[in-house]
Amino acid sequence: MPKPVEQRDHVVIRFAGDSGDGMQLTGGRFTSETALLGNDLSTLPDFPAEIRAPAGSLPGVSGFQIHFSDHDILTPGDAPDVLVAMNPAALKTNVKTLPKGATVIVNTDAFTDRNLAKAGYAASPLEDGTLGEYRVQPVPLASLTLEALKEFDLTRREAERSKNMFALGLMSWLFSRPTEGTVAFLEKKFARRPEVAQANVKAFRAGYAFGETTEEFAVRYEVKPAKLPPGTYRNVTGNQALAMGLVAASVKSGLPLFLGAYPITPASGILEDLARRKAFGVRTFQAEDEIAAAGAALGASFGGALGVCTSSGPGVVLKAETVGLAVTLELPLLVLDIQRAGPSTGMPTKPEQADLLMVLFGRNAESPVPVLAPATPGHCFAMALEAARIALTYRTPVYLLSDAYLANGSEPWRLPDVAAIPEIPVRFAEGPNDGDRFLPYVRDAATLSRDWALPGTPGLEHRIGGLEKEDRTGNVSYDPDNHDRMVRLRARKVAGIEVPDLEVDDQEGARLLVLAWGGTYGPVAAAVRRVRRRGHAVAHAHLSYLNPFPRNLGEVLGRYERVLVPEMNLGQLAKLVRAEFLVDAISYNRVRGVPFTSAELADAIEGLA
Amino acid sequence: MNERPPLTAKDLRSDQEVRWCPGCGDYAILAAVQGFLPELGLPRERLVFISGIGCAARFPYYVNVYGMHSIHGRAAPIASGLALSRPDLSVWVVTGDGDALSIGGNHLLHVLRRNVNVKILLFNNQVYGLTKGQYSPTSPLGQVTGPTPMGSIDRPLSPVSVALAAEATFVARTIDTDRAHLTETLRAASRHRGAAFVEILQNCNVYNDGAFDHVREHKEHRIALEQGKPVRFGAEGERGVRIGRGGGAEIVDVAEAGEEALLVHDAGSPEPESAFALGRLGYPAPGPLAVGVLRAIERPVYDDLMAAQIEGARRDEGEGRLDALLLAGDTWTVEPA
Repeated sequence: MPKPVEQRDHVVIRFAGDSGDGMQLTGGRFTSETALLGNDLSTLPDFPAEIRAPAGSLPGVSGFQIHFSDHDILTPGDAPDVLVAMNPAALKTNVKTLPKGATVIVNTDAFTDRNLAKAGYAASPLEDGTLGEYRVQPVPLASLTLEALKEFDLTRREAERSKNMFALGLMSWLFSRPTEGTVAFLEKKFARRPEVAQANVKAFRAGYAFGETTEEFAVRYEVKPAKLPPGTYRNVTGNQALAMGLVAASVKSGLPLFLGAYPITPASGILEDLARRKAFGVRTFQAEDEIAAAGAALGASFGGALGVCTSSGPGVVLKAETVGLAVTLELPLLVLDIQRAGPSTGMPTKPEQADLLMVLFGRNAESPVPVLAPATPGHCFAMALEAARIALTYRTPVYLLSDAYLANGSEPWRLPDVAAIPEIPVRFAEGPNDGDRFLPYVRDAATLSRDWALPGTPGLEHRIGGLEKEDRTGNVSYDPDNHDRMVRLRARKVAGIEVPDLEVDDQEGARLLVLAWGGTYGPVAAAVRRVRRRGHAVAHAHLSYLNPFPRNLGEVLGRYERVLVPEMNLGQLAKLVRAEFLVDAISYNRVRGVPFTSAELADAIEGLA
Repeated sequence: MNERPPLTAKDLRSDQEVRWCPGCGDYAILAAVQGFLPELGLPRERLVFISGIGCAARFPYYVNVYGMHSIHGRAAPIASGLALSRPDLSVWVVTGDGDALSIGGNHLLHVLRRNVNVKILLFNNQVYGLTKGQYSPTSPLGQVTGPTPMGSIDRPLSPVSVALAAEATFVARTIDTDRAHLTETLRAASRHRGAAFVEILQNCNVYNDGAFDHVREHKEHRIALEQGKPVRFGAEGERGVRIGRGGGAEIVDVAEAGEEALLVHDAGSPEPESAFALGRLGYPAPGPLAVGVLRAIERPVYDDLMAAQIEGARRDEGEGRLDALLLAGDTWTVEPA
């Protein structure tokens, strides 16, 4: 007899296990199944920087959280409704975030004395009553997997490795997910080792069947598809969206993409992704260091390519001198900073948004650089195009600030109509611009961008460099008035960049404006919704353009009695808002290396609304 | 289209006043380069000079082609990015001993081992000139300069040793004032596809005058390498070089040692041992120095390998299509309600 099915409007699940347990893969597959079913979703991978910390240890726990729903959602969820804990360490590191009544599915096979000791448990939490507030579902995942795979010619160790697929099968049954995609995925992933593919498929199906037959699970759940706007969707992480956005910028500008990069967490995925886009003419260059990566990209820009670097804070800081050179050469260069917690090496896999002041001001002298920051994983695509548009139109380096949360987190993304993405027109100089001479620092009156002649263009040979240059001719100049003029011209050019006005999600009677930027969009918007549901009026605006600010920002700020600026730093945007607009902005800061929860933000907002 | 007249040295002079110190070796190098470049048969627009920082790095301002005077030590990666994305250009790097071997040391290693198609001219004057005379990574031990009032305690690098150790496919050494030899060396470097490294011994008459007098002034100390010939030098060719029992190069009297004992120079040798041994002569103590092409071998050029991978991907996958890229992977459709 089929088990009863309960409807839920949203569920948050967290898979947690050892770094070697395949939790990211498990979470990724569950996400794909969920996406194909048509739920709205948001994911948060949470893993240590160590590739394989000692097995069973607390620092080695790797987690993957997914929030899915039958309606529009904004975050991966503050706390899981269901925790899948593959070992005692996974239970211990995650149990403190669980709300009362949450379901905990534990792999009882891993609760050995040795593993309990590694996790710092004196007694088994499964037996001493400490989990009394939760619905604990003990499942011997490892032994059930071994039993299911006994017909395969695999070592015990190899067979046990498939226990994550058993768990995935069980969760797929429990939440009524489609399974064909995972079967096809496993067959493709292990195409070269058919017996491993078959074993994983068997474990996956055995987990599903276990759910159906065991008495431990009395009901299963269903979350209906969400009513998303019509269109074709795929699930994307921020890094995937950035890589596609860069390719799109190359196609739309007609300039070949040149990526100079040095491996660094959490940006390396973009390098690896773009290395597979050679059919688009993409050149990827893994340089000897961060400085060379920036230099090579700038050299390619000089030759007429779309020069790009991808990095994170500790690498971006090394590029500062090259970015300063690009400022004075007035050549395009995209620098993508996938921010992580710092200072120094900090917490490489954890998000933070504390590089804002560095990219704005972390260079010698007056060297203005535009700064953009996408709001969500899918938004990374559009902002990569925007960064390219600005860099190419204004001949300037551009910083784009993503972060580890956007980079690895994912959401359904409605594919844009490729034909409708505007072209990025780039005009190169083809002839003299001053009588019979070509002067490299003659500017366009509207944008103040300089005339750009590519090497290879006959008759326009010229030299540019890091020394101060005379207005128009570009010749080396130490003239005091000329220097003052050039400093102001470069500043005016960047200040005059066209960016869209700030949109406000306003509410009648709102006296408080919540102003956030970058990757905190999801939790902040979700918190604003909560506060409104509690009956308060509050306005929300989200900045994706940090330099220059939208033209209407000052006017928007002036409309509200109070401005709250939540940031995953110690108040960097708040400092700018105060300095630029003399607004006594109130900061809300958490720098814990984890995304804001909407619950904490809602409390902070409610207190000021 | 009208055939453009061949270039002359005069065409390659920019309108900028040359501002090196009077008597600087850089003038001779500039004249030799401007004199040689027309030989390449390329129009001016296809020539690009990229430099870092230092006296030598002002070079691009004075050559009427495309150029970039960049930042300290970083000419090699900038030139790499340009050369890789624009194979139609002839890309030259001008650098100095501080620029290439101190702040840019890492980049020099990597541009050479990758074998990017750039020509690197390192003006070695064993001193930081533009910052007024501090010791450089090629300054000899004991050199007294501003920061080393009691003499330098830093062991110097030999530029050609570094280049050879970095798997360079072309390594040569020449002298600023020897126009014929310098031109011949530039010619050989320009013919080499891949990274070509040329150390040019250059006199800084203000801060380190006479550093190379033992070879600039004393021609009998120049060990001029000739491909396939026994290595001999001296006014009458009376001295020679052989590989000693310890594996290093040593200078001998030809009459005593016999011609058959001499090293026969082979720049094309697959392994760089003999080139390395020759490059070490006169290091670190001043003594007879090998000049000419130490090494010139053919190896795959990075630019070509990169281009071939792109060609291969286009052949296998077809020209990339943006709509197909976005649609790759699992997609689903939400129908209008």
